[in-house]
Amino acid sequence: MKAFLILEDGTVFAGTHIGAVKEIISEIVFNTSMAGYLEVLTDPSYAGQAVCMTYPLIGNYGVCLEDMESSHPCLDGFIVRELSRMPSNFRSDMSIQEFLDKYEIPGIAGIDTRALVKILREKGTMNGMITTREDFVLDDILPKLKAYRPGKVVERVSTRKKYIAGEGRRKVALVDFGTKSNIITCLTKRDCTVTVYPALSTAEEILADQPDGIMLSNGPGDPKECVSVIEEVKKLYRSDVPIFAICLGHQLMALATGADTFKMKYGHRGGNHPVKDLATGQVYISAQNHGYVVDMEKLDKTVAKPAFVNVNDGTCEGVTYTGKNIFTVQFHPEACSGPLDSGFLFDRFMEMIDKRKGGMEHA
Amino acid sequence: MPRNPEVKKVLVIGSGPIVIGQAAEFDYAGTQACRSLKEEGMEVVLVNSNPATIMTDGDIADRVYIEPLTVKVLEQIIEKEKPDSVLPTLGGQAGLNLGMELEESGFLSAHNVRLLGTTAKTIKKAEDRLEFKETMEKIGEPCAPSLVVENIQDGVDFAAKIGYPVVLRPAYTLGGSGGGIAHNQVQLEEILENGLRLSRVGQVLVERCIAGWKEIEFEAMRDCMGNCITICSMENVDPVGVHTGDSIVVAPSQTLGDKEFQMLRSAALNIINELEITGGCNVQFALHPTSFEYCVIEVNPRVSRSSALASKATGYPIAKVASKIALGYTLDEIKNAITGKTYASFEPAIDYCVVKIPRLPFDKFLTAKRTLTTQMKATGEVMSICDSFEGALMKALRSLEQHVDCLRSYDFSALSKEELIERMKIVDDQRIFLIAEAVRKGIDYDTIYDITMVDKWFIDKIAILTEMEEALEREGTALTTETLREAKRMEFPDTVIAGLTGLTAEEIKKRRFENDITASYKMVDTCAAEFEAQTPYYYSVYGGENEAKETKDRKKVLVLGSGPIRIGQGIEFDYCSVHATWAFSRAGYETIIVNNNPETVSTDFDIADKLYFEPLTPEDVENIVRLEKPDGAVVQFGGQTAIKLTEDLMKMGVPILGTKAEDVDAAEDRELFDRILQETEIPRAAGGTVFTAAEAKEVANRLGYPVLVRPSYVLGGQGMQIAISDAEIEEFMAVINRYSQEHPILVDKYLQGKELEVDAVCDGTDILIPGIMEHIERTGVHSGDSISVYPAYTVSEKVKETIAEYSRRLAKALHVIGLINIQFIAVGDEVYVIEVNPRSSRTVPYISKVTGIPIVDLATEVILGKKIRDLGYEPGLQKAADYVAIKMPVFSFEKIRGAEISLGPEMKSTGECLGIADTFDEALYKAFLGAGVDLPKYKQMIITVKDADKGEAIEIGRRFEKLGYIIYATRSTAAALNEAGVKARKVNKISQESPTVMDLILGHKIDLVIDTPTQGRDKSRDGFLIRRNAIETGVNCITAMDTARALVTSLENKERQGGSLTLVDIATIAKRGK
Repeated sequence: MKAFLILEDGTVFAGTHIGAVKEIISEIVFNTSMAGYLEVLTDPSYAGQAVCMTYPLIGNYGVCLEDMESSHPCLDGFIVRELSRMPSNFRSDMSIQEFLDKYEIPGIAGIDTRALVKILREKGTMNGMITTREDFVLDDILPKLKAYRPGKVVERVSTRKKYIAGEGRRKVALVDFGTKSNIITCLTKRDCTVTVYPALSTAEEILADQPDGIMLSNGPGDPKECVSVIEEVKKLYRSDVPIFAICLGHQLMALATGADTFKMKYGHRGGNHPVKDLATGQVYISAQNHGYVVDMEKLDKTVAKPAFVNVNDGTCEGVTYTGKNIFTVQFHPEACSGPLDSGFLFDRFMEMIDKRKGGMEHA
Repeated sequence: MPRNPEVKKVLVIGSGPIVIGQAAEFDYAGTQACRSLKEEGMEVVLVNSNPATIMTDGDIADRVYIEPLTVKVLEQIIEKEKPDSVLPTLGGQAGLNLGMELEESGFLSAHNVRLLGTTAKTIKKAEDRLEFKETMEKIGEPCAPSLVVENIQDGVDFAAKIGYPVVLRPAYTLGGSGGGIAHNQVQLEEILENGLRLSRVGQVLVERCIAGWKEIEFEAMRDCMGNCITICSMENVDPVGVHTGDSIVVAPSQTLGDKEFQMLRSAALNIINELEITGGCNVQFALHPTSFEYCVIEVNPRVSRSSALASKATGYPIAKVASKIALGYTLDEIKNAITGKTYASFEPAIDYCVVKIPRLPFDKFLTAKRTLTTQMKATGEVMSICDSFEGALMKALRSLEQHVDCLRSYDFSALSKEELIERMKIVDDQRIFLIAEAVRKGIDYDTIYDITMVDKWFIDKIAILTEMEEALEREGTALTTETLREAKRMEFPDTVIAGLTGLTAEEIKKRRFENDITASYKMVDTCAAEFEAQTPYYYSVYGGENEAKETKDRKKVLVLGSGPIRIGQGIEFDYCSVHATWAFSRAGYETIIVNNNPETVSTDFDIADKLYFEPLTPEDVENIVRLEKPDGAVVQFGGQTAIKLTEDLMKMGVPILGTKAEDVDAAEDRELFDRILQETEIPRAAGGTVFTAAEAKEVANRLGYPVLVRPSYVLGGQGMQIAISDAEIEEFMAVINRYSQEHPILVDKYLQGKELEVDAVCDGTDILIPGIMEHIERTGVHSGDSISVYPAYTVSEKVKETIAEYSRRLAKALHVIGLINIQFIAVGDEVYVIEVNPRSSRTVPYISKVTGIPIVDLATEVILGKKIRDLGYEPGLQKAADYVAIKMPVFSFEKIRGAEISLGPEMKSTGECLGIADTFDEALYKAFLGAGVDLPKYKQMIITVKDADKGEAIEIGRRFEKLGYIIYATRSTAAALNEAGVKARKVNKISQESPTVMDLILGHKIDLVIDTPTQGRDKSRDGFLIRRNAIETGVNCITAMDTARALVTSLENKERQGGSLTLVDIATIAKRGK
């Protein structure tokens, strides 16, 4: 079946339909990872977006369900150059076609994905529609595309109910704005009992459980839309509990402390971004997935200091909070997909927790 | 961290002659490194014995020594030039070993010279098997477990511990004989017993068998701060067991999930961090196909063939970045030259698929075993880029120039299923075609996988291609547009579609244009289009937006490259292409290079204004021509690959710059050429042109044997043979006619005399001859395999004058504009012409460097309309130099099992080195030394020659005896030597009782074997076995009396002169020439 990708700027790509037969309007973004398409498909941060993979051959190693980053895919649509007709990997449970069908994700294949990426690079991220209707009328569709705003994406992907994962010495509260499951795994395998809270939990609820540390997760969308959450984060900031935040969590902490965020032209999505640790000068290759970024210029230096910067464009990749046991990063130390280079940051969080715990026990 | 200010003068070590396993990639790496160092204001001193390289040009380094790569020579250079640093990691294993030896002996520290980049300690950790294993164990990176055992019980115990199957490798046996794979204890005991007996030291290595595992490579880069990135992952289609240099390789890895990928990536970084590598590095892994188990196969702590491939596959300039890192820069300080926006610490993301296929030399060595093992055999490789694996594979196949253009090019359709299954068990260069046939015959993927261990993803891709073949066949002349579009997306050439459908290629092309099915070009940009790129480096796809913009501001020239490195067409043509490109650029032209060889300088991103990484077939070139509309094309610099495209380019309406196509034809076409010879009154050996064996015999008998038989329009004497009988004519003609010949075959009277050669530049009126080269071997040995001496040293002034005059007449008669290469025979004072090639030749870089006359530059100027006189040169034969420069061929026979090594009219050498000195004798000694002939060692030799050579053997034997050599000889040679008063010990032939000549060779105490085969093709198993065994055990083997004489002359010189050599800075010659 034919399918079409129609962009807000009027560009139409004709290709082949894949996955569910469904018409969607979504924000179109691209990811440059060469492996790890399943992790991309199931990363809740892609809620409200349709993702184009820049690597042209997708589905080669099938789908291994245990590698899913959440219980189901959260993105709206999937855009590829070519889907492999036969998966080949000893762990593969199903083909990617079967996966897309099963979770009713619509998509399009056989388009010039590089041409699409160039449009997004030059004009910035924009909305688009994936449809199988051949008789679409562009003039009717374009206003709809322009008007489209994804809303309440965090609520959509966050857990409905508080739950506990793992069992360990340290008690970590994880506020779920759309957490990838590997953040939980990174904590549980470091001897943590992780209590996962819905995004709209109050600071009081969380602090009442007396966590040793608080983790603010990644998540989708514009951080400024999370107005009530920001208020709760302010309270968490004021507590003495060590906090580590990733991606959206990092942005929310910045907003909670008076800094600003802005939307990037086309974001960072991929597994090859160099970030520099300003304390050591060391450079790490990181997994990234964000369209918004903390404005480094507007950081109040008495409150927060840049800790990591992106080597390519100099944008803010991490912040440490003065006089606080708080550090946050824009990139994804939990990887999945992407390089494992910065996984040690979880250890740093553990040290922070232990130091405070030790201090409290001695006090 | 800014660069180390103490580094001001750097000695860069090159990799020496091209041999199998160490090829053009190091010229690419070295050239990029030197340019990068000069960019930083360094004074660069370069040493490399290989004159065909671009890196040894006076404009690449400040001081250039084309000297033998030995520790002694390097010490002399360091003493003379006093560099403060040495960079050894860009010259392959050869360069690395030399750097290590200098460091370990304490010479470097004694002279206050630092080793740049990776330290000696690191190199040792990576290279020393035991230290490496210990290091890996320390950081928990697994290696295949292995143990050296001296008895069966230890072997059984160890195998029980590590699990079957195990590989058994006896120590010190010939070519691994006596080894094998044991799947159980019974097999183990059997093989082990035999292996222990065969091993000279009674030792056998027992190792966990990882054959059949996936072979995955990572190219990584680390700076002195410990920042690490991986540049590219590569997956071998052929699993572990085939050398990666002989495997089909795809980038990035295709069948690994993120978990496996990141596991290996982290392991690679873990390893290079532990080894503290500073610069580029290659890590090879074996990954179990059905688990997460993996082993580290090896680590190359330097720039390698794989890094050249990774550089071209991603656009990331590994050698350049490695050089900057060696100077102290960190990855986040080095700008990515392709994007200009990102930094060297950004890992490349690619949005296409890359396929590399090795170029194997079995077309040159018909007797050689085609099987692929862990010993590399490929002389070169091709790379292709496409947005699908199918397309990339199809493009790479036709880039090979080995009469293959699709998966049907080897026809196995006559084999039954059972036969196919058996045949697939043999791992050779035809395996992919066998898999294709197996798929066509309906053999299921599981069966194919179980035999070949080629991942089913690749098998399925092959199946997609065979299904397309079938669809095209099925539709035939009723071919639908959809199928045509899909076939083109998979990069089926028009000719193949024509063959399958029964339509003509013209018809296919017409239909394509009618339906807008045309190639468009995408950019290689290191970042999957995330950032705008500055460097126009393109590949073609069907079905997509075109990114290559036609430019119109300047005149444009298309430079056609020379494709994969093969015997007969090597790096020298890349030298010519690159210099021509630079010269056009200086003349204000926009330059466009088309080539498909990832190892070369010409495919570096900043050589031409535009680079099209594409197959060099008429269709692929036409697609580029349609887009770019160049003002002209040059074909005379790209070897036969480019020349072959001449006619097609003219049909496309592209003017051929320089010598016209019809004049090239006149030189190749026997009848036209004979007419020109008549007109110019130049004699040649009598001969005729034929197509069939019957015609050939008729001509041969008319001329009288021996005769020379060869196809026209070939390079490197491919298929050329000396025949002495009708039977041999039959045999040779059958070999030549394996492939249909468009052009006739030449049969000439064989003349014995001195062979001489010139390369010249002609402007249509005048000719500039930099010098005359004389071959040491008499006619009959291919010019590329002969030792070549400049200036000519034995012929009379009259002969030289005649050669100059004949060259002038020929160049003029052929209306040569640009380069011409002419080969002559001098019999006494009579000069005959052998062949004329109105194009660049193998000797162009050599003669340019030793005379200081940049003939490619001059030829380019002439092509652009300048006259030799305008360029500041007096036409004619230039005054001979007052030193001697000798080009020595270098062979890779030990790498190709079963190859006949005796020299003849068909070229066999893979590379060359130079000896340059004030005297002939010293130059000769240096040339031999550069080629790795470092004698004497044991002062024992074997002579076994045919009757006709006995007289010369006496003279040569006497001279060796005087040097203290003990001579062994077979019966009749010994008799002849003894009779003449040269003491020779008689040894038995192989068939006779022990000790035989073979026992002597295998005793490892022989320096040299002189063995001349009987006339024509040597059928005797004895001679062949002697030569093969000598080569495989590292004994020097000489098959021509002239070469033997040259060697003894050089050894006599060594005795007179001692170890110290005079050094010649080629860069000063370059300045003198101008």
